[in-house]
Amino acid sequence: MAKIQVQTTINGETFDYLCDGQQSLLSVLRDELGLTGTKEGCSTGDCGACSITLDGQLVPSCLVLAAEAQGREIGTVEGVSSATGLHPIQQKFLEHAALQCGVCTPGLIVATRALLLKNPNPTEAEARYYLAGNLCRCTGYDKIIKAVLDAAASMRGESA
Amino acid sequence: MSNQNGSGSDRKFKVVGTRPIRHDGLDKVTGRANYGADLALPGMLQGAILRSPHAHARIKKLDVSKALAMPGVKAIVTSADFPEIGSGGMAAGESHIDPKDLQANIMARGKVLYHGHAVAAVAASTIEQAREACKMITVDYEVLKPVMTLAQALAKDAPILHEGRKAVGVPPLPEGDTNIMMRLANAKGDVDAAFKGADVVVEGWYEASMAHQGYIEPHATVVTTRENGQAEIWCSTQGPFAVKSMVAVTLQMDPNLIRVTPSEIGGGFGGKTTIYLEPVAVLLSRKARRPVKMVMSREEVFRATGPTSGTRIWAKLGVKKDGSFVAADTRMEFEAGGFAGSPMGAASMTLYAAYNIPNFRFEGLDIVVNRPKVAAYRAPGAPNAAYALETAIDELAQKLAIDPIDLRLKNAVKEGDVASYGPKYDRIGFIECLQAAKNHPQYKAPLGKNQGRGVGAGFWFNVGLQSSATVSINDDGSAVVRTGNPDIGGSRASMAITVAEELGIPVERVRPLVGDTDTVGYCDLTGGSRVTYATGMAVIEASKNVIEHLRARAATIWGCEVDAVEWRDGQAVGTNGASNNKPLSLADIAKQMAHTGGPIIASASVNPPAAGPGFGVHLCDIEVDPETGRSTVLRYLVVQDAGKAVHPSYVEGQFQGGAAQGIGWALWEEYLFDKDGKMENPGFLDYRMPVASDLPMIDTVVVEVPNPLHPYGVRGVGETPIVPPLATVGNAVSRAIGVRMHQLPMTPPRVLDAIETKKG
Amino acid sequence: MAKVVFTGGLRTLVGAESIELEAARVVDLVAALYARYPALEGKLEGATVAIDGTLHHDARYQRLLPTSEVHFLAPIAGG
Ligand code: FES
Ligand code: FES
Repeated sequence: MAKIQVQTTINGETFDYLCDGQQSLLSVLRDELGLTGTKEGCSTGDCGACSITLDGQLVPSCLVLAAEAQGREIGTVEGVSSATGLHPIQQKFLEHAALQCGVCTPGLIVATRALLLKNPNPTEAEARYYLAGNLCRCTGYDKIIKAVLDAAASMRGESA
Repeated sequence: MSNQNGSGSDRKFKVVGTRPIRHDGLDKVTGRANYGADLALPGMLQGAILRSPHAHARIKKLDVSKALAMPGVKAIVTSADFPEIGSGGMAAGESHIDPKDLQANIMARGKVLYHGHAVAAVAASTIEQAREACKMITVDYEVLKPVMTLAQALAKDAPILHEGRKAVGVPPLPEGDTNIMMRLANAKGDVDAAFKGADVVVEGWYEASMAHQGYIEPHATVVTTRENGQAEIWCSTQGPFAVKSMVAVTLQMDPNLIRVTPSEIGGGFGGKTTIYLEPVAVLLSRKARRPVKMVMSREEVFRATGPTSGTRIWAKLGVKKDGSFVAADTRMEFEAGGFAGSPMGAASMTLYAAYNIPNFRFEGLDIVVNRPKVAAYRAPGAPNAAYALETAIDELAQKLAIDPIDLRLKNAVKEGDVASYGPKYDRIGFIECLQAAKNHPQYKAPLGKNQGRGVGAGFWFNVGLQSSATVSINDDGSAVVRTGNPDIGGSRASMAITVAEELGIPVERVRPLVGDTDTVGYCDLTGGSRVTYATGMAVIEASKNVIEHLRARAATIWGCEVDAVEWRDGQAVGTNGASNNKPLSLADIAKQMAHTGGPIIASASVNPPAAGPGFGVHLCDIEVDPETGRSTVLRYLVVQDAGKAVHPSYVEGQFQGGAAQGIGWALWEEYLFDKDGKMENPGFLDYRMPVASDLPMIDTVVVEVPNPLHPYGVRGVGETPIVPPLATVGNAVSRAIGVRMHQLPMTPPRVLDAIETKKG
Repeated sequence: MAKVVFTGGLRTLVGAESIELEAARVVDLVAALYARYPALEGKLEGATVAIDGTLHHDARYQRLLPTSEVHFLAPIAGG
């Protein structure tokens, strides 16, 4: 089968890759490009561990074909922190102990970033509904939601 | 969150009880941490497993020749590649496993016992090639009638899963072929007479469905083998040493040839205390002479790993008018899955453990059915047992018009009482938990229409087992602590806190590491709520041994006797005769290590007694929509005795996570099978685990009644939180709709049914 | 003399709720029990042993006091 050549931007950097027509973007990120921060929990779009942004939209990368990324902007967990340090969302996840095993965390951090870009001041219910596609089996979500709301406050320049 | 002290341990802690940022956190919020599926090795092949499409069938013929000829295929493994082994017990960390069953669960031999049972495995250059090749393996099955329910398994003419296998345990045992693998029974007092003297008696069948641990990270392994027989295993596991011994026994290998490196682990809850892929990957790698990676899909995880037992429990409980329990009788039927070994034993010991019941009896049956072989799941067996008993208690409270917490307080066990499983209790915190729940604002919050409040309690033993730890000092005065327990929920932070507490240095100056089976001393697995307790004890001992070195080094520097040096608040302080010396900090001594005898390093190992009982009490407020039958959890509270919370955030996290899993089990989660025994919901869409919008904040009260067995008073906390929720949630639903329900999960259709029955 | 309390299946095998035996350590106690009750042979291996209320996963060489009360329980597992 002929491979498809794709040029895309991941976390601001240009990438070229070859993929199969049926290959998921998740598989390319993890297996071809070595970006294993994006996790696979189900490959059916139901767990959110593979959350990325595609042109700013939150999507499960397991349901995106790698070929569809041509010319698009991809954001993964690897691009959330910067040379100057952690993103406030990451910092708040740590401070609130919002992770136990941590395998859901990359997806949740990417999803939270997408949420707060859209809605810098979400209510608890808004945060819960926006993040309902990101399963966490360890925490019961309590500390995650607290971290999200606190991160929102700190990004708005308020101290919670 | 709030803390309640029992009469506290008098030690004043500096670091224990604080909430530092966990040391492995940075890598986990940036995606840098490597989980099971994140490793790639040069030349690595991908493995896939062919699984049975039948729930119960005999394998008559298996032909791999076409598959072997497929492009990219490098090796194929079937049960013929596994050595034949005999039955017999093997200690595998916490539980006894029949190695023959363990092997047959990993790769079916002769018979498949559930839909999804592995029958062959392929390694190929790509995962697509491996999967394509699986399709080309031809298997000739003689399909047998599946045994899907406990009732079917116990029926007179039931098909038999394991022909020729006899039931074991307490007589009377069934004669001849049976699906009952074990029977346990025990009794105390004169139960029948006591029931006659009871004022109120409730009895009923209480059913809970088979449920999965639901860890988000599927099982994964990467294996390299060498010409000399060595196998290097990287995998997601709760117990690298357990993997080593289980691989050794299933492949009849010299354990010395096996090295297991635990990856970061994306959840386990007991489900990663056993093995599925590792021996298969070893065999594939040996044949192909290349590294082999195997990762399960979510569907495979549901169909072929975990879950925990579904149960039918008949319980009868009698009380006097004043609320004192007089007698209890229980029959517990546990689904074991395709092979013997449900947690019925633990269930029978925890069943009555929270209460003083002068006369009791129970019978427990371990029953095989054509469902996946169960694995440990958080306090295995105890939630099922507590569901029955704690629901019956709620029914009695309603009948007697007694407050449900008061009824429990009247019968609750305390220090000095004889546990139902035999011995006397030392210090325990059940009463304190009940009182804290009663005093919590949630217990007084007004309830509206269609709302109900449930109370439930739970007990778990917690275990000790073997652990070792090594603490070494760097020349800048920082420290490294190494143990063999994968960090599943913040245990690295607890280990670092412990070293910091003992040595008197900041917790950021301690680096906690998890080693592989060749670089650290033996540790039993991360499970049984044991790591902070038992491995923590090893870390305390190792730290104390380091302090002995530090005192000796200070004595060398000062030219005095060791006896004249004390270790106080992180420094060596001179006493009698040496007191004119300026105290030396850890950094001061570390700087001089080379001059005073070389590197400073010390280890310790322990095999402490079981960890001291953990009790918990939960409150749940639920609103049920009478039109749809849907339950909404409005408020939830977890009260539990932690003994001493080393890192309170992660203790609360265990409380909240266990409660959430229990809520899911009570309301939504269940295994559904069609008439042929095929699982109908092997994905997160239809196996409904709680999502963020399903739950409210989960409030916690950390009760601290110190555990006399641990120097800080620590008790295990990881498992108890899943024991009370089934009954707590069920009691809330039943009170909200005004009719008693006896079957989990309480899905909207079941709730609607119950409401209809009430209307009549 | 140490007191051994039996429950469940062990009680059925021994035919008594409790017995008293002279033994300095659990390993000696187990040997004495096997000698006295051949039906018990092998049944106490791997048991969790409670000595005066404290549960031991491995009690083989634990010392017993003349006043000790000993229970043999099923091995305790966990998740
Ligand atoms: S892996 Fe994509 S949603 Fe689960
Ligand atoms: S922290 Fe384990 S799944 Fe979320």
